[in-house]
Amino acid sequence: MLITCPYCGPRDVSEYSYQGDGNRTRPDPASTDQEAWNAYVYDRLNPRGEHHEIWQHSGGCRAHLKVTRNTLTHVISSVGFARDAGHRKSDGHRKTGAEA
Amino acid sequence: MSPRRAVSGGRIDRLRTIRFTFDGHSYTGHAGDTLASALLANGVTLFGRSFKYHRPRGVLTAGVEEPNALVTVLSGAVREPNIPATMLEVYDGLIAESQNRFPSLEYDVGAINQLGGKLLGAGFYYKTFMGPVIGPLKGTRFWMFCEHFIRRAAGLGRAGTEREPSRYERMNAFCDVLVVGAGPAGLMAAKAAADKGVRVILADLDANPGGSANWSDETIDGMAAADWAAETVRELKARENVRMLPRTTVWGYYDNNTLAALERVADHKLAPAKGEPRHRQWTIRTGAVVLATGALERPLVFPGNDRPGVMLASAVERYVNQYGVLPGRKFAIFTNNDSAYRAALALKKAGGEIAAIVDLREKISPAAREIAGKVGGAHHTGHAVIDTEGGKQLTGIKVQRFDDRTGVLSDDPRNIPADCLLISGGWSPTIHLASQAGLNPVWSDELQAFLPPQATQNWVGAGGFNGGFTTAGALAEGHAAGLKAAGAPAAAIELPAVDDDGLDPKPAPVLEIKAKGKAFVDHQHDVTADDVRLAHQEGFVSVEHLKRYTTLGMATDQGKSSNVPGLAIMADALGKQIPEVGTTRFRPPFAPVSVGSLAAERYGDIRPDRLTPMHDWHLENGATMYGAGLWHRPMIYALPGETVEQAYVRETKTVREGVGLVDVSTLGKIAVQGPDAGEFLDRVYTNMFSTLAVGKARYGLMLREDGLVLDDGTTWRLGQHDFLMTTTTANAGKVMQHLEYLLDVVWPELKVQLTSVTDQWAGAAIAGPKSRDVLAACLTGTKADNETLPFMGIVRGEIDGAPVMICRLSFSGELAYEVYCGAGHGTHVWEALMKAGKPFGIVPYGLEALGTMRIEKGHVTGAEIDGRTTARDLHLDWMLSKKKPFVGSAMMDREGLVGEGRLQLVGIVPLNNRPVNGGAHIVEELYEDGPRDSIGHVTAMCYSPTLGKYIALALVKDGKSRRGTRAFVSDPLRKRFGPVEIVSHHFYDPEGNRMHG
Repeated sequence: MLITCPYCGPRDVSEYSYQGDGNRTRPDPASTDQEAWNAYVYDRLNPRGEHHEIWQHSGGCRAHLKVTRNTLTHVISSVGFARDAGHRKSDGHRKTGAEA
Repeated sequence: MSPRRAVSGGRIDRLRTIRFTFDGHSYTGHAGDTLASALLANGVTLFGRSFKYHRPRGVLTAGVEEPNALVTVLSGAVREPNIPATMLEVYDGLIAESQNRFPSLEYDVGAINQLGGKLLGAGFYYKTFMGPVIGPLKGTRFWMFCEHFIRRAAGLGRAGTEREPSRYERMNAFCDVLVVGAGPAGLMAAKAAADKGVRVILADLDANPGGSANWSDETIDGMAAADWAAETVRELKARENVRMLPRTTVWGYYDNNTLAALERVADHKLAPAKGEPRHRQWTIRTGAVVLATGALERPLVFPGNDRPGVMLASAVERYVNQYGVLPGRKFAIFTNNDSAYRAALALKKAGGEIAAIVDLREKISPAAREIAGKVGGAHHTGHAVIDTEGGKQLTGIKVQRFDDRTGVLSDDPRNIPADCLLISGGWSPTIHLASQAGLNPVWSDELQAFLPPQATQNWVGAGGFNGGFTTAGALAEGHAAGLKAAGAPAAAIELPAVDDDGLDPKPAPVLEIKAKGKAFVDHQHDVTADDVRLAHQEGFVSVEHLKRYTTLGMATDQGKSSNVPGLAIMADALGKQIPEVGTTRFRPPFAPVSVGSLAAERYGDIRPDRLTPMHDWHLENGATMYGAGLWHRPMIYALPGETVEQAYVRETKTVREGVGLVDVSTLGKIAVQGPDAGEFLDRVYTNMFSTLAVGKARYGLMLREDGLVLDDGTTWRLGQHDFLMTTTTANAGKVMQHLEYLLDVVWPELKVQLTSVTDQWAGAAIAGPKSRDVLAACLTGTKADNETLPFMGIVRGEIDGAPVMICRLSFSGELAYEVYCGAGHGTHVWEALMKAGKPFGIVPYGLEALGTMRIEKGHVTGAEIDGRTTARDLHLDWMLSKKKPFVGSAMMDREGLVGEGRLQLVGIVPLNNRPVNGGAHIVEELYEDGPRDSIGHVTAMCYSPTLGKYIALALVKDGKSRRGTRAFVSDPLRKRFGPVEIVSHHFYDPEGNRMHG
């Protein structure tokens, strides 16, 4: 299997490490919604067909990629940066140092 | 002259004689022979005994699909079993043995199994090995005792026990077009692609590329087909953009057009040449693939079809034309199609006598009829062979009138004497690789065969693979496929001329003659037509179940010749058509792959070694090293005659009373830098770091998202935007990946950069009441007094000219400092500290003393942070900030992680003052009837020189409330039981006065 890293180009799967289901959304850090946290920490999709996954290019640039892969055929239909995929709720209640 | 070698002909080098032995007898062959062809030339027809019934078996085929003639090759004490004699090139000094016979091939006691045929039918294993269900042996392991002997009788070759000394290699290759198979189609494809200037690899499993051109009697382009092939190969070899891989089996087709191939580099010689591996495993990434893998001829199924002397027609044609061998004296032919007539012609030309051609079709093509007339002998159309005669060698066949539409036999059988019977059940395209990179194969009624599936990867087929069985067609398709694979537009050229013999490859749809006797479908696994029918009677209707129950197609040949006949019999039993019954997918590997070639250089201990900068010093100064993950760390620095316990007790005492030095370079170190570094640390640690003053360090605790403890360590604030985080040695990589994920995926807006700097810093911890004096004696540029360097303070200075960074923190519980310097200065600074410490009696100390002091202090490490403990379990809840959310904060207080019944950290004192072991259980009572009701376990143990007794840390259910009570240690594995007292985990200096002093 080849994954095309947006930085490094097509690389063998052995350069990557799987970082899990890419469909999860991390609740707001201050949230006490136990169900939402439980879903984030434990629930994983395991579809037959297209799946969104996070892969880290750990043997390369170490970027985390959001990969859309067909679990039946291994065909990868898209690769992007995981950071652009919105796996989080906004942390609006806290300012970042850059803004402070 | 060997008895069965034709006077002339063949592609062997008759001037070169090869000497080899088979079953202890010496034989000769010629360069270019396989073991099969050389033995046949010597008149040998018995090659082995069959798997289950120990029936005598000869050689059925001439290629990779051989199910019968499997031999063991001996090289010194190394035995390699199950090598097809048809694929083994002879060389001087080759020693081969037949298999599955005792005491000898000629007289095999296992042959008695033939009498028990009914007992050994399909599912024999499942039905038999259930153990006695009645009688005195019921419920015993009697059958397991029997199985030992039955297993010995079954099976094929025997593997050796010696270490295999051969060297194997792995190779990666990249090309635009990979052509699999170098027959006429493959050669044309390679040529067409190479002409377009793309990078081409041409792989073929035989030693001499050419495929069927090497054994067909045709002419191509006005020359013998084999000469045309040799000429084309010469031409291709001369090109820079073509790589030829002979003796290379492409065995797997994987994602992204990645193919696996095994090159047998040196199996055709006594020993590999200098620098040569035995096998080379290729991983080939290619733009496109041309599958020109040809087709395999199928046997017909009829009683006695496994007798030595019964061979595929194409195999005999190959033995005659390629090897100049006549595998018999008097030949009979039994076929359901025209292709076998070519073999008859070849035999006639080479001087063989044709006794009869038995064709189960009533109507045959004029071309076939003409050949039958030319070669002589009887020609029985509308007839079938219903049995064979002879013992270990065919002596004759029994023939009866046969209706190819109804399958009914009639009239009286007649006997025809023959010592070699050629059989042909039509051809199956070799679609194995396509099946790994395509949808389901497509059944062709016309060819009675599965044709290649629709491709799911970028390959294109040509020649026999596509179901076209003429050489002219192969050349045309090969040319077109080569162009297509190279991305070039189709273009007509003048193709090499081939003479057309007008034979029709379409078979009659009959693969089995139903008559009395054992008719073999899978020769290698001894599966008969009756076994398949029995499986059907017993309710196995799916091909997948049929395959597993009868083991049809599950031997090392993977059913190359038995698949379609097996399906035909199954379909007949079900009253269905073959495509309705379906076929099983062909999985990799296409042919057996040596395990050595998959491992190649990766065997033995292949982990990298991680050495600290002071490693050599430790070795030179008597350290006993200890593996900690990939790291090598000093365990003790024993004096002559000291035991491990004596050494660590001495080292611990010296630290507690004087001063000692330990290498802490292995701690994970991560530079956390950037304007949001403080904020980031607040989010990942349970306690606050944004408020930490520059020049100070703080102990931090990290949780996982699920609220359990991940890791601990100190983090130093070196500047406003510059932190140095330390992690435990074992978790350095895990913590780095955890932080990177959060930063990259969850909080990409934070301006933080993470850099692993573990290997950039050397670290030494100097500990003990006299440590400050030692520092004062060697530190320049700053001071080590309490005011300049308070507890958890950081200073920068120099030691013997090398810049250092010192943080006053303590793992041992004593006044202590961690001295960090660039890795290149590690040994220099270490030696300077040892020199400065000499007047104070400094000693180096190892992991054992370090561990002893941490147990005395009750500090946790990986044994307690085991992925199941919470901060509260480890009494670290004081570190859980209530002012902010952090990773794990939302989940750490959920049900099950709080309240009663948690395993909590405690101290343990064995009351009999005897050592206990890590992993030993803690119980409330020792029961007579065996150990049970564990309330926890010991995580770490030592002899404490400070307390003068054995102590341990343990995780015990509701441990905090049990302090001051008694329990027992229960260690049935090591047979250690005894009373213990449960105490606080702070054994020593609980207030921390010593390190603050």
